[in-house]
Amino acid sequence: MNLQINQEQINETYELNLTGEVDAYTAPKLKEVMLPLTEKEGNIVIVNLSGIEYMDSTGLGIFVGALKSSKANNSSLKLRGMTERVKRIFEITGLTEVMDIESGVKGEAL
Amino acid sequence: MRTASDYIEMKVPAKPDYVGVVRLTISGLANRMGFAFDEIEDIKIAVSEAVTNVVNHAYSDTEEKGQVRIGCNIFDDRMEITVVDQGKSFDVESISKNLGPVDGKSVDQLHEGGLGLFLIDTLMDKVEISSEAGVVVMMTKYLHRDEVEEHVDRISPAPSQ
Repeated sequence: MNLQINQEQINETYELNLTGEVDAYTAPKLKEVMLPLTEKEGNIVIVNLSGIEYMDSTGLGIFVGALKSSKANNSSLKLRGMTERVKRIFEITGLTEVMDIESGVKGEAL
Repeated sequence: MRTASDYIEMKVPAKPDYVGVVRLTISGLANRMGFAFDEIEDIKIAVSEAVTNVVNHAYSDTEEKGQVRIGCNIFDDRMEITVVDQGKSFDVESISKNLGPVDGKSVDQLHEGGLGLFLIDTLMDKVEISSEAGVVVMMTKYLHRDEVEEHVDRISPAPSQ
């Protein structure tokens, strides 16, 4: 019941590898790490979700917030490596239409 | 059909720390009942959403955090989960009107919250919300026995009294 965030940086490209669960308890931690990255113009933020076992609307909310921030600050946000489960809640809520989601086989997108 | 059911109840502080504990407990019960993997995941999300709503909204920041009560009725053919708080109630009608996916909305129109109740409604078979004294969310998921191998060690219904 926790979330691990592993951050790698090459120039202005930041890749966040998430492992664990994103819910009301762990979401603030994700926000704290991800949001500042989207606030700098030109940053490319790639979030790898292949290690996410559980996510609910609190997690979706964090990504919506980060997307808004990236639009406002001219950075970009890209999600990749979604498992079928995680993809499903993005689809149900219609967020697949507004988010930049890289399709690919679970966990093999690298 | 037998109407007897087993009843399990939990009461946890309305803090984010306990949402996962509730989710895991309900997941264990659903697993015991023989729900399929995907259905268990749906139930986990729905319960977490309901409890998270209480954590976020039911008690104002100034007053001491209250409790959230989670009741789970296990029937032969379904699981009924009730999430209750004693915090301030909200206007269910006005919220229900705003429920829905983000279809056609621009990024500016999206807001960070508000998807929780929509997910509950979508993932569960039946959802009832009342908000007279605090908020009660009652949600039901049916067990589709025909499609699922019955667990040998399934919980037997409580003997009727």
